[in-house]
Amino acid sequence: MTQVPHPQEPPPDLLTSAAPGRRSDHSPWNWLLLIPIVLPLLVPIYNRWEPKLGGFPFFFWFQISFTLLAAAVTAFVFVKTKRRS
Amino acid sequence: MNVTEFVIVVVLFAAVSVLGFWAHRWRRSSDVSLEQWALAGRGFRSWVSWFVIGGDLYTAYTYVAVPALLFGAGAIGFYALPYVAIEYPLVFLIMIRFWSVSKTHGYITAADFVRGRFGSPTLALAVAITGIVATMPYIALNLIGMQAVLTTIGIHGYWPLVIAFAVLAAFTFTSGVRAPAMISFVKDALVYLVIGVAIFYIPHRLGGWNHIFNAYDAHFKATPPGTASLLTSANQLQYITLAVGSAFAIFLYPHAITGVITTRNRAVVKRTMAALPIYSFVLGLIALFGVMAIAGHIKPLIGPTGKPDTNTVVPNLFQHMFPSGFAGLAFAMIIIGALVPAAFMSIAAANLFTRNIYKEYIRRDATEQEQAWSSKIVSLLVKVGALLFILLINPQFSIDLQLLGGAIILQTLPSVMIGLYTRWLHRGALLAGWAAGMIVSIWTFYLTPNIALHQAHWGGTGFTLSHLGLHTETAIYIGFIAVVVNLAVAFGGTALLRAFKVASGPDQTAAADYFTDVADTRAAEPAVPAGT
Repeated sequence: MTQVPHPQEPPPDLLTSAAPGRRSDHSPWNWLLLIPIVLPLLVPIYNRWEPKLGGFPFFFWFQISFTLLAAAVTAFVFVKTKRRS
Repeated sequence: MNVTEFVIVVVLFAAVSVLGFWAHRWRRSSDVSLEQWALAGRGFRSWVSWFVIGGDLYTAYTYVAVPALLFGAGAIGFYALPYVAIEYPLVFLIMIRFWSVSKTHGYITAADFVRGRFGSPTLALAVAITGIVATMPYIALNLIGMQAVLTTIGIHGYWPLVIAFAVLAAFTFTSGVRAPAMISFVKDALVYLVIGVAIFYIPHRLGGWNHIFNAYDAHFKATPPGTASLLTSANQLQYITLAVGSAFAIFLYPHAITGVITTRNRAVVKRTMAALPIYSFVLGLIALFGVMAIAGHIKPLIGPTGKPDTNTVVPNLFQHMFPSGFAGLAFAMIIIGALVPAAFMSIAAANLFTRNIYKEYIRRDATEQEQAWSSKIVSLLVKVGALLFILLINPQFSIDLQLLGGAIILQTLPSVMIGLYTRWLHRGALLAGWAAGMIVSIWTFYLTPNIALHQAHWGGTGFTLSHLGLHTETAIYIGFIAVVVNLAVAFGGTALLRAFKVASGPDQTAAADYFTDVADTRAAEPAVPAGT
């Protein structure tokens, strides 16, 4: 594997212990993670046959879409909290 | 026997085996240590980690059992969906703390952390034994996934399983975690190819999704109560407690923890967690094969025990729908899908033995090299054990034990996951809570019958509250009940022990250890000879 130098990156710093001021994972953005956790647990919302989507009953397509919601929200929180961790 | 399918499966199996043996050269290190063999030096980056952890968590058994559950039990079987949807946002913040503290102190198992955090080798032993006991039947289940495919191809007897596991054991022994990591690329490529085609092709042949779901609905309207095309008032609570319990449990399983700490830094963990729901999406599609099987009038085949085996439903669906060439690919996907998690699980179980039993109680001054040897040998023994489980005991025993395994691994939650945030809980109270949780798990599992299999006991994970004298049909996941009891004992016991000023153990970790990180730059990598 060829080593590609990254000119803008800081000098090699192998094992950083937490830098001062970064000793926390707290961020208001983390609260967004509750959406993809709580929504799939609200059974009465999706325990129904209609409205169908492309032949899929609501029960199925809505729950499958939770996985995409999880990916989107988790990725968003990751990007928003990147510099802090 | 279908020769085309058999040849494709054998050729692909041989190819991944070569890859498995060759994998020890990948990111090679001269260092002979457990950290190298079991964690590949904690060096996997984002893309690699996504394949590796995805390959690790989504087992062959998942591919056959989740659709089989939907096929047999209807809507309740779809609990896997909320489970795999919530698991990553749920552990996103927890696992980065675990990554950091493990990196700082060189922890290889969850029990290592518990030992360091609470200063209690006994509590660590409890965590380690729970991990091993929960993992063993899980490895055995991967064999059941393979067996279902072999039955469908028309190969009878257990000899192919013995050969497959012998090869798996050999390359895991030589290459360690690098072997399943490398093979996971092939596994996942096959998964995306096969599922990508199947999800359009099979519904097309069956007359469209509308027809498929109508057949599913009609099927469950004609079956006795207890199974239904939507959730009933009796099983809604079971559905969500199963989902939440399983989502916490999966990242307490040793193989998942091993997967997480093979990564290079916190950003890799986070990025991987954000991308893993893609696998969950695919699992959602795979689950629908159970629905398609109903519409396609697929019947379970007779397994080696002489009874119909619902795990053969998905392979049999592929067999009926696809030409032999493509069915062969699909079968190879399931068989290779069994190898990756089985390797990870045996490595992780072996590490628990080495770190928390061998090094703790047998040979305190074991060197890095000796620890690596211990894990290598135990990983072999674990696979032999899993094979014997299937060969000598009714496979249903492994299935039941794995159901129980999910509940008992959850009993390590207070020590491991709450322990990452606070050490207020007392080690004595944690041990008592763990014991209470184990007893409740086993007791509630014992009381639950399995109506489909005519078993009066050890029948399932949905504990009906009528056992407690309540006039209701409502059922709750046994692991959930057990962990609630566990937490109550742990918190109550801690309050009591603190009131009597019983000494708690020393804490090896400091607050900053939970935020340790490694720079994300490529330049920061230690010098590796070119070409590795």
